[in-house]
Amino acid sequence: MNPIRKKRLYLIGMMVAGIGVAAWLALNAFDENLMFFFSPSEIAEGKAPTGHPFRVGGLVSNNSVNRRSDGLTTAFDVTDNAETVTVEYTGILPDLFREGQGIVALGQLNESGIFVASEVLAKHDENYMPPEVADSLKTAHDEGVSEMQQVSVQ
Amino acid sequence: MIPEIGHYALILALSLAIIQAIIPLAGSYTNTHSWMALSRPLVWGQLLFLTLSTIVLANAFLANDFSVIYVAQHGNTKLPDLYKISAVWGAHEGSLLLWAFLLAAWSAAIALFSRNLPLPVVARVLSVMGMISIGFLLFLLLTSNPFDRTFPVPFEGRELNPMLQDPGLAIHPPLLYMGYVGFSVAFAFSIAALLGGKLDASWARWSRPWTTVAWVFLTVGIALGSWWAYYELGWGGWWFWDPVENASLMPWLVGTALMHSLAVTEKRGAFKSWTVLLALFAFSLSLLGTFLVRSGVLTSVHSFASDPERGVFILIFLLVAIGGSLMLYAWRAPYISGGGRFDLISRETFLLGNNLLLSVLAGLILLGTLAPLIYDAMEWGKISVGFPWFNKMFVLLTPFLALLIGVGSISRWKHTDAAFLVKQLRVAFVVSLAFGLLTLLPLFSDGNLMVGLGMGLAMWVVTSHLVNVKERLKHKAGFNGFLRDLSGGGRSYYGMILAHMGVAMFIVGVTMVSNYGIEQDIRMSPGDTANIAGYDFKFEGVSEFPGPNYNAHRGRFLISKDGEQIAILLPEKRTYFVQTRPMTEAGIDWGLTRDLYVSLGESLGGGDWSMRLYYKPYIRWIWIASIFMGLGGLLAITDRRYRTARKRASSTSTLTAGSSTPAAAESHS
Amino acid sequence: MSRYLRFLVPLAIFAVIATFLFKGLDMNPREIPSPLIGKQVPEFSLPLLEQPDTQITNKDLLGKVYLLNVWATWCVSCRAEHETLVQLGRMNKVDIYGLNWKDERAAAQTWLRQLGNPYAANIFDKKGRTAIDLGVYGAPETFLVDAKGIIHYKHAGPVNPDLIRDKILPMVAELKKKG
Repeated sequence: MNPIRKKRLYLIGMMVAGIGVAAWLALNAFDENLMFFFSPSEIAEGKAPTGHPFRVGGLVSNNSVNRRSDGLTTAFDVTDNAETVTVEYTGILPDLFREGQGIVALGQLNESGIFVASEVLAKHDENYMPPEVADSLKTAHDEGVSEMQQVSVQ
Repeated sequence: MIPEIGHYALILALSLAIIQAIIPLAGSYTNTHSWMALSRPLVWGQLLFLTLSTIVLANAFLANDFSVIYVAQHGNTKLPDLYKISAVWGAHEGSLLLWAFLLAAWSAAIALFSRNLPLPVVARVLSVMGMISIGFLLFLLLTSNPFDRTFPVPFEGRELNPMLQDPGLAIHPPLLYMGYVGFSVAFAFSIAALLGGKLDASWARWSRPWTTVAWVFLTVGIALGSWWAYYELGWGGWWFWDPVENASLMPWLVGTALMHSLAVTEKRGAFKSWTVLLALFAFSLSLLGTFLVRSGVLTSVHSFASDPERGVFILIFLLVAIGGSLMLYAWRAPYISGGGRFDLISRETFLLGNNLLLSVLAGLILLGTLAPLIYDAMEWGKISVGFPWFNKMFVLLTPFLALLIGVGSISRWKHTDAAFLVKQLRVAFVVSLAFGLLTLLPLFSDGNLMVGLGMGLAMWVVTSHLVNVKERLKHKAGFNGFLRDLSGGGRSYYGMILAHMGVAMFIVGVTMVSNYGIEQDIRMSPGDTANIAGYDFKFEGVSEFPGPNYNAHRGRFLISKDGEQIAILLPEKRTYFVQTRPMTEAGIDWGLTRDLYVSLGESLGGGDWSMRLYYKPYIRWIWIASIFMGLGGLLAITDRRYRTARKRASSTSTLTAGSSTPAAAESHS
Repeated sequence: MSRYLRFLVPLAIFAVIATFLFKGLDMNPREIPSPLIGKQVPEFSLPLLEQPDTQITNKDLLGKVYLLNVWATWCVSCRAEHETLVQLGRMNKVDIYGLNWKDERAAAQTWLRQLGNPYAANIFDKKGRTAIDLGVYGAPETFLVDAKGIIHYKHAGPVNPDLIRDKILPMVAELKKKG
């Protein structure tokens, strides 16, 4: 093997090894950071894990929002019109949060079946054009589930 | 009647684009001079009609012509004029029109600044630009006509998304698109070179300034978007790894790799096929990004499913543009000659490393962005990839990039002695290591390794470049030598230094804000004071405040430190009349070393409000960094090399790297 | 890898991505499945759009297969699908009932006068309560309901002629056969 070839081989070997390690680390971390989505019905069926974060989505039930005395913790029900799950969140809710509104919450279930959210995303309301921040296609379905986009910018 | 003029102008522009795509290209093969010479006037014609189209749409907004659906959806009589203009590109149809317009503008720029290029090359490049233009204009005319009318005519428009009613976001899309579309030039040059089978140093030299300009626009555009998200969304973050942002970051990463790879190809004739591939990828990712985001396949529901026409069109366009160019690549690339040889320790190797890291990072982001789609398609479940993953990948790869920047920029082409590198860089290395360790002391970070790593790397980038400049100026007498260098052939070198200083600033900003940023959600009554990071936030209450097309609740905060008042913050909660949705306007006191940031939550009754207070150290450095990078790019393209190349008509094609004086002077940069 | 083969790698990678994009065309990445399919149309009692004094309830609609279309004048996509609905109305194959959602009565009436009225009747849901009960996420949405008042199908977003020909009308025919 001539020296130039040999050098080239070293170089390629180093690159392949480097990319291999990076890819391996990336894919390993990938599984840990995947966030699955469950509907309230699926949670009721026991499909969702406890003690592992996931996302739940649905409409905020009417008259279900109540604020704890500290003014920052809010509890509300999220429904898919079949089943309901109670969500508790401490912090500032998004601008678009309100009853009857579609939201997605990110967090985990505690032992008593309450979903403790670390983040709440609201979809834009029903008479609102999908924001172009979201860059989504607006002639489609005028609002819709789609629209966590601009809030998912959070 | 006026909107129809805009529509007809689009059709005329399309006709010209079709001729432009065919005739000059055919002429370049049959060597028909008149056919090739047609390319320039055709480009000017296209630009004329697309300008007309854009003006017509802008005029429809200014005149409140709600018979045009697009205007009815995004215009409003009460909308301030500035936002009436920015509403032109505020949504799908109009932003596509802006794309097409900018594409024509870039084509015209090629037509203007290509006097020294051989005519067949110009003809081919402009033909490729014409092909891209056909795709966009067809898409506009067939599925997304911004001039469609509606009947009955609504009395009032639905108004532009309140989020977009902001000066920052009014200019963000044009800048971003200038970047996206700008990569089409490098793409067109590459395709033309593949078609013509002539990939040499002059090809790289022609492509370089164009790529750099596009990259500068993209850099500033992305930074502007990040800055906007920071102050407008009220969440205090500057980057969220959402698909929209990723769509702009991927072309940026590949574009950055392309700039560096082009340098190797120009100077050493090496990496040719890799450089071509990067040029194809940079533009492909721009297309993929824009279209995927626009069509909503990643970000939203229903769009494709309920509007199959657009979805199918987009996919076919991607298949033809990206698939076609990659096929051409697979066909022609095997015949590209290899470049100059280089040793293991050489500038080429380090730049290759930089290229690989940037490409791997872009690939990972693509994976993370497309993962929800892939999982859904494979029926593995509905998922989202949390942003911690993206952060991890970023933190995993960027330190290597930062290390390489220092080594690569000081090493020589072809061969560098290891001993030379050690001798040059050992002081910088020791200083950086010491600085990194210093920041680990309890006084600064209490052993936070991320802080030590970040600050050490930033110091490394700075010191290694200082050594670099010192080495360059060794043979040039003092400050005058520097000035002469700067006015001569040294601009691209100093541009690089400036841009790399931007990288150092960026590292500092990110390290500081992610490790020392403080965020607090609290409830406050008027008169309450909260203390964050030594600053007192005194809440004085909320009052109502009318705006032109909204009503606001405006909070008042007195900020003081050690009893001394330093700022008054007025965060707002706005309700826009037409779209009746609340919007948060943060109150920010900005500074070079820290931002103080207040955003209002909701009224809790009795004058109490929930709110979020932030302390953001060094966050400005992130955006200032992008200005440095942008200025660096601009400085580089004013290099004498490009100017002289322009004057020297037609002889350029015979130039090879290293044979002309400016290039020889450059061999070290 | 042979000299030629390795230049095909980028094309292959793109082909894989394109395949997923193609599959993505038919998917709703974040669709929340409608839990109402197989269930009764929720109870409601609302005025008609055309006659404010006349109430219509879910019981009035029992006994026939019908489409329930949620629309509003502020909704651009509704305008896009309206022509399709008008044509479907002319075919006389299935009754279409409109649920006029959070709308102005006068504007909605003008809309129907000018663009054509494919609806057998329009339910005026000013406050949007019934829409919430129906799990409506946005306009337009279209439900297919059988004679017993059970929802069999829901389409979110504008309907198009292909969807009507290939999916909705065959389902209507089947439901009518079952009686």
